[in-house]
Amino acid sequence: MKQIRLKVVNAAGLHARPAAVFVAETSKFASTIRVRNATTNSAWTNAKSILSVLTLGVEPQHEIEVTAEGPDEEQAAAALAGLITSDFAGKL
Amino acid sequence: MRRPRPMRTLRGVAAAPGLSGGPAVVWRDTAVAIPRATDRSPAQESRRLAAARRAAREQISQLKTSVSTTASPEEAAIFDAHLMFLDDDALLEKAQSAIDAGTAAEAAWMDGIEFFAAQLARLPDPTLQARAADVRDVGRRVLDHLLGRPSAGLDLRAPSVIVARDLAPSQIASLPVARVLAFCTAEGGPTSHTAILAKAWGKPAVVALGNTVLEISDGVQLLVDGSRGEVVIDPDEQTGQAFALRRQQSEKMAASALAAAGEPAITLDRHRIEIAANIGSVEDAAQAVEYGAEGVGLLRTEFLYLDRQSAPTEEDHLAAYKAILQTMGTRPVIARTQDIGGDKTVPYLDLPKEANPFLGWRAIRISLDRPEVFAVQLRALWRASPGHDLRIMFPMIATPDELRAAKAALDRARLDVTASNQAVAARVQVGMMVEVPSAAVLADQFAREVDFFSIGTNDLTQYTLAADRTNERVVALSDACHPAVLRLIDQVVEAGHRENRWVGVCGELAADADAVPLLLGLGVDELSMAPQRIPAVKVIIRQWSYLRAKQLARQALAASSATAVRALVRETPPA
Repeated sequence: MKQIRLKVVNAAGLHARPAAVFVAETSKFASTIRVRNATTNSAWTNAKSILSVLTLGVEPQHEIEVTAEGPDEEQAAAALAGLITSDFAGKL
Repeated sequence: MRRPRPMRTLRGVAAAPGLSGGPAVVWRDTAVAIPRATDRSPAQESRRLAAARRAAREQISQLKTSVSTTASPEEAAIFDAHLMFLDDDALLEKAQSAIDAGTAAEAAWMDGIEFFAAQLARLPDPTLQARAADVRDVGRRVLDHLLGRPSAGLDLRAPSVIVARDLAPSQIASLPVARVLAFCTAEGGPTSHTAILAKAWGKPAVVALGNTVLEISDGVQLLVDGSRGEVVIDPDEQTGQAFALRRQQSEKMAASALAAAGEPAITLDRHRIEIAANIGSVEDAAQAVEYGAEGVGLLRTEFLYLDRQSAPTEEDHLAAYKAILQTMGTRPVIARTQDIGGDKTVPYLDLPKEANPFLGWRAIRISLDRPEVFAVQLRALWRASPGHDLRIMFPMIATPDELRAAKAALDRARLDVTASNQAVAARVQVGMMVEVPSAAVLADQFAREVDFFSIGTNDLTQYTLAADRTNERVVALSDACHPAVLRLIDQVVEAGHRENRWVGVCGELAADADAVPLLLGLGVDELSMAPQRIPAVKVIIRQWSYLRAKQLARQALAASSATAVRALVRETPPA
């Protein structure tokens, strides 16, 4: 299992469009991917569900933790780390 | 037999202008029994849910198409979110496990919807809270299909006035536009979905009327004044006739106003006031000319910065300015340098999320902190200037130091351009927005250093009365007709005229029918507004005498509330 911790720098946090892009990315992988808002110490939720991601209430500068478990867990963790640290790299 | 109740008038917030009347149709949030027990197998329930979601998906896609053609792409984007919710992984998982445990599809689905909606509603962020209504909207739509009542909602056989608590986007979009006369809602604000769609469709809307409006029975006659924010319930004959007359007149006036839009706005005693347009794109410029604008009083340049991943280049700016200037010919065009606020996402500017974006890092504050980005815009403006009457103004100026720094940046940009052997106009007027109260208070100092003032009444009002104009709870406070705001305008006009500077108003107040005679009487030289409002405003000016308007303005300055000011204007004969 891969676990990473990331800071969300986007000015809209992980709402609306950023949340949709995040879920589109997690959904590309076969691994089970879970996410939680570390800043608010939230429970873990399904990272492939837009509703679950929205309910985390991730605001700008919040830190999130992501775990990926499955055949492509390495690639999933790398892709999500890239997406968040690059502030969605032109995908918004 | 119940005796008919007497005529009553409800006051709310004007959300979309216009007059209309007709029978009420009340959209009640009917409670439906959600079946929990089932005789069917889990596999059958799963199939029912899948079919209902399929039907809902088709409807939402249709709504999206119809809204994107009748309203705006932003409104249509709401339905993209709805489609994602409909297919949400965790929601489906929850519903499926309830179905597997023997629950009916209806309860399994709605429990899942409520689970997420309730969590969203508890979040501190207002935009996320608002998503709860969208989730419930999707939930309700699927439930309707499960219950076999896909047309649940309103049966509009005749043209009607829609009355509701508040309207979800899909509820509004599902209405047959041709049979909607007007909207009245108990809740909501001037920026609610109801307001935006009503405006896009040209239907009058009054929002925030309170719960009384929900007690109206279907079929009761309503007169809706979306310009004043009033709804008359069960009008007596006299009121009905007066309303019909006003409506007829306003339709006739709109037609004759448009015919005379190309003529100048001159009072009965030959005082002329310049009428200009607020625009934000090349398309708007063409519209401004069509509606009789004598110039552009406010060119919002933000459109160049939004919806892109990197800063616009000097050539991007130049192309846009040239196209607009060409459309406007020799008419004056006032370009306002970027007014991007902390509430907009502009990735390459790295705007932080702020607790108080309206009091934060925005507009000229960003420009002065990012001289390299600012210089690009200023150079492009200079390069676009030859052969046209281009004027430049700075937004959100709060202190004389800011104005001087902005003017210095403008001078440097001119030297850059001329150093590379490119032409610039010999004379470019430089002005500033007056929207921060400090700028109005120090107007005498500023007047020595600018060619003109343009008063932005939207921000000036919200800063003066400390009332967020996007917050529906305090929206009634932020009426720009308040004497406190009028006194500031008076002060700015005086200070400007003492130094021979002209003074314009480019906020929403400039097209407010009550305010036009006041601004005229305060001696404002130019009014700038949405192009469509120009013909009607010119008509108002032509009805007044400048002398009478001046007397009216003095009286208004002595009033103590916006309501009193508006009443005063309405009872004062224009000549």
